[in-house]
Amino acid sequence: MDNQAKERYKKRVERLNPKPPLVKNCCWAFVVGGFICVLGQFIQNSFMDGAGLSRSNATAATSAVMVFLGAFLTGLGIYDELGKRAGAGSIVPITGFANSIVASAMEFKREGFVFGVGAKMFTIAGPVIVYGTITAFIVGLLHWLMSLGG
Amino acid sequence: MYKKIGQQSMRFSLPPIVRETATIVGPKEGDGPLADCFDKVLSDTLNGCESWEKCESSMLEWSIKSVVDKAQLSLKQVDYILAGDLLNQLMSTHFAVRDLHCPFIGLYGACSSMALSMIMGAMVIDGGFAHNVVGAASSHHDTAERQYRYPTELGVQRPLIAQWTVTGSGAVLLSDEKTLELPKITTATVGKIVDMGISDPDSMGPAMAPAAVDTIVQHFHDTGRDANYYDGIYTGDLGKIGKQLVIELLDEAGYAVGDRYEDCGCLIYRDDQDVHAGASGCASSAAVFCGLLYKELCKKNLNKILFIGTGCLHSTTSYQQNETIPCIAHAAAIEV
Repeated sequence: MDNQAKERYKKRVERLNPKPPLVKNCCWAFVVGGFICVLGQFIQNSFMDGAGLSRSNATAATSAVMVFLGAFLTGLGIYDELGKRAGAGSIVPITGFANSIVASAMEFKREGFVFGVGAKMFTIAGPVIVYGTITAFIVGLLHWLMSLGG
Repeated sequence: MYKKIGQQSMRFSLPPIVRETATIVGPKEGDGPLADCFDKVLSDTLNGCESWEKCESSMLEWSIKSVVDKAQLSLKQVDYILAGDLLNQLMSTHFAVRDLHCPFIGLYGACSSMALSMIMGAMVIDGGFAHNVVGAASSHHDTAERQYRYPTELGVQRPLIAQWTVTGSGAVLLSDEKTLELPKITTATVGKIVDMGISDPDSMGPAMAPAAVDTIVQHFHDTGRDANYYDGIYTGDLGKIGKQLVIELLDEAGYAVGDRYEDCGCLIYRDDQDVHAGASGCASSAAVFCGLLYKELCKKNLNKILFIGTGCLHSTTSYQQNETIPCIAHAAAIEV
């Protein structure tokens, strides 16, 4: 099949490819993502004001609570229903990170705890951790280099 | 006697009859518009099994045993089982036939497996190698999702072009019995691989549409027939977008199919079942042929149909290596 025919066919498919409802998707992402952030802020404030934790300790405790909530809702089969509508609104917050790990762990439990859960748990989250660490390293390096000049 | 006609087709000299069919589907398919056509609807996608893979195997085993029972035969009278599914190493099929103690040939044609098993079965019978052959195929939404895409509980948005893998299985019993007035497989066209450069694994209907058109046009060319010869032309699992592409491409090739053409993947679910572009999977064509089309043929509401199984032959490794999707389509003409 020559390349021109393939290009023409791709254009034909592109024309028929249904466009996602962008406005609706953005609204869902904004509302759900916003709600998760507000909830996180509320929990952090409660830890600071109610339990008297320092800001950094409260942040760590809040992350733990949010990760727990994401994992719990994944286990109940609710988080994927939420993600279907909210898209990036529920993927980007830390609860989405928990969802990606717990979903993989649940999925591969039948292959055993070593080569199933253990090996497959980070199939989705693994790349985020790897490239997150690399990015943090590069940014740290740049920060250090700039501080040398200053 | 030489039975090949044209480039890719064959005309059976003793057309085998489709003696019986059996279908089993999952709850979502049982909730769709074809619910009454299926022999058995599962209440959940595990059916009491420990894993989705075991459930898929149990559905395939049930459909094979059931088609043999319905034809009032025993498994000892079945000369070959030809079957396939979507999982690596045909996992569901191999475990389904493990306890059947019957000669078995595994087929991999991805979602074209049902049509492929019928064509191969008809060849075996017409060649005089068998009296009775079972052709069967299965797929399961959750086993396919975890193999080809993401864990099922992952909160991602499926694109609108994506299709929903059918949970189910269908089986046909082909026979050389001449006394029964039943639908026969008269001609068939074996497809060649067509790859139009689609690489998005969610875009399977558009990837397969050119393969379907290639086989349909070749079938018309080889047999000297055109769309008017058939009461219905049914592709396996192209979904809404793929169906539209087939109509456009066939029209440009000079074959106006009109209302005669339908895609099995557009028949299984209602629009409000959140499946996006329609159904896919081996069981899409298997359930519609075995559940709906065969019964319509027996009632003579349809007399001549062209049934085209369509398959995407990619793997998870191939698309991660940025390969495009090779596709295939096999056509069988079934006439009363």
